[in-house]
Amino acid sequence: MKRMEFALDLFTVFTLTAGALFFLAGTVGLIRFPDPLTRLHALTKVDNVGLGLVVVGLIPQADGWVGAFKLVIVWLLVQLSGAIVTQLIAGAIRERGPSV
Amino acid sequence: MTSSFFADAGLVLLVLAIGASTIFARKAFDAAVAFVVYGLLLAIAWVRLSAIDVALTEAAIGGGMTGTLLLGAVARLRSAEPDSTRIGLPVRLATGVCCALVAAGLAGALLLLPEAAPTLAPAVRENLVHTGLGNPVAGVLFAYRALDTLLEKVVLLLALLGVWSLAPNNAWNGIPGLRLYERPNSTLTFLAQILPPVGIVVGIYMCWVGANDPGGAFQGGTILAAMWLLVIIARLEGAPSIGQLWLRIGLVLGPAVFLVVGLAGLVLANGFLAYPPDYAKPLIVAIEFALTISIAAVLAMLAAGPPKQVQQQ
Repeated sequence: MKRMEFALDLFTVFTLTAGALFFLAGTVGLIRFPDPLTRLHALTKVDNVGLGLVVVGLIPQADGWVGAFKLVIVWLLVQLSGAIVTQLIAGAIRERGPSV
Repeated sequence: MTSSFFADAGLVLLVLAIGASTIFARKAFDAAVAFVVYGLLLAIAWVRLSAIDVALTEAAIGGGMTGTLLLGAVARLRSAEPDSTRIGLPVRLATGVCCALVAAGLAGALLLLPEAAPTLAPAVRENLVHTGLGNPVAGVLFAYRALDTLLEKVVLLLALLGVWSLAPNNAWNGIPGLRLYERPNSTLTFLAQILPPVGIVVGIYMCWVGANDPGGAFQGGTILAAMWLLVIIARLEGAPSIGQLWLRIGLVLGPAVFLVVGLAGLVLANGFLAYPPDYAKPLIVAIEFALTISIAAVLAMLAAGPPKQVQQQ
């Protein structure tokens, strides 16, 4: 039982670290990339993969099945709104041209 | 010096930095965006202080709702005539000094708190059983500080009256001049079709769990208002004209139910805003639901702005 818990904790540490790396990379991209469309691209990686890894890592630590379910719902909602808001911003950029 | 100390210290530094960038931002739009971030960071700070109810309210009202209002104001200012009068240095200095004085006063009050702050928390915890509620915050809001909670909702209505009073005479009872998204069948339409069912469930859940866990009328109402605004902005449903009877009833429903229950307390319990002991919880939950509807309506109408067009017949 102890060994199982240790393995789950290790899994959490590993996935959270990987998720944090994605957040870091996305933030660097947001600051360093040259134009709005590529910056949006960097941001969506953070939304999808970074938050996904964090959620997957937190599931073993969650408060039972309901807690895990809520975490997954949060991830899905962020995916949905993130993808759509990115589309809307990109559409606005295409219409008006990138404003500096 | 634990790792959580460093996390907290980093959070404090972030809050201060974002606060400063809100003040020193050159453009109103940048300041409004920074203010939203500031609200979200404050929400995390409240979580660290174990005040989940406050954190939820801060994220919903401080970040989301106020941010929407500020962004709306920025958009309105942009389309208005550019103001040529520059604010002089003395006025700006005086504003800065006044703000600094308020901040210093608050900081002083906080630092001069006695070691063991006078608290009523144990008394509340002991008597919470009588309200039938599990969430001490809801207990305080609806049992011990009910008058404050009632007046707070009336203040919301007054704020809406303030916004509506900006309407030109011929647009009174017209439709709020909210800026809609121009393109039909866009991804926003898709979001406005798929998100509200989820959002409505979450909003009602927030209100319902408020009796026993963090949540409540304000948090739930804000989510419902956001869903309504999303549907309106995506043009799936038109904004109602402010003269609609159902809208007016929705706006005053919460405070009215609260007031009726409060007055009934004069007869059925010990006084104004007191609950009969056996029915405390059902009454409080009923008030919360009515308040959620009113808060959702008021917040959505606040964000929608003063009426602009005359209603089409």
